[in-house]
Amino acid sequence: MNIKLHYDVPGDDFTRAGEASGLVKRKLKQLGFEPDVVRRVAIAMYEGEINMVIHAGGGEADVEILPDRVTVVLTDHGPGIPDVEQAMQEGWSTAPDNVRSLGFGAGMGLPNIKKYSDTLEIDTKVGEGTALTMTILVKG
Amino acid sequence: MEQGRKSWTVGELAQAMGLETVVEGDSSREITGGYCGDLLSWVMGRAKEGDAWITVMGNVNAVAVAVLADAACILLAEDSPLDDEAKERALSQEVPVLRSGKDTFSLAVELGRLLGR
Repeated sequence: MNIKLHYDVPGDDFTRAGEASGLVKRKLKQLGFEPDVVRRVAIAMYEGEINMVIHAGGGEADVEILPDRVTVVLTDHGPGIPDVEQAMQEGWSTAPDNVRSLGFGAGMGLPNIKKYSDTLEIDTKVGEGTALTMTILVKG
Repeated sequence: MEQGRKSWTVGELAQAMGLETVVEGDSSREITGGYCGDLLSWVMGRAKEGDAWITVMGNVNAVAVAVLADAACILLAEDSPLDDEAKERALSQEVPVLRSGKDTFSLAVELGRLLGR
């Protein structure tokens, strides 16, 4: 099994954020992955999608599903993350007030992604964009 | 009221606690715990599968969080509104949404008693 999926994540549309992660969740369930794996992929990917909507005007999601791992690559052409170490701290957020009133902006996005994925790579350049590569391993 | 059972279905809980059913969804879903919170990422990182999630957030993103975190239901405290988009999403994803005039603390205490915590 080697399934590759691609989604466009629209910018500034909170009502559609989560569509891609919802579809991936359903797909993984159908394929018979363990509920824990499905949940970890869904949460990590949703946080990434929300980040792209809040900060980067949307982006793209590429998902590769293998029997022993699921890899999600989220790519955007947003402002980039000037200080990754700071962004990884729980509670640190640059989300605007209108986003906070929706219940986001708790500064838990990247920490949650790190918590729920087995490996996380952040490739970011200020003014050019960010690519997140998260891998969730299937432990047998 | 029968108390101290390890799990309740959403439908049973709604009846036992006298909750309004806003969206019926999968009312046979089992509730095995509870979680309280309104910051969505916080909730998503910490709520467990099968939790009844008590919140005042009734927007479409709250429904997405409930789906992705595998919460058994959303329980809106203090008569918080569920907006139209959220209602539509909850219907299509079969997420049960319940509502009460009571505050989060009171609902958590009641839920805890029912679950024997």
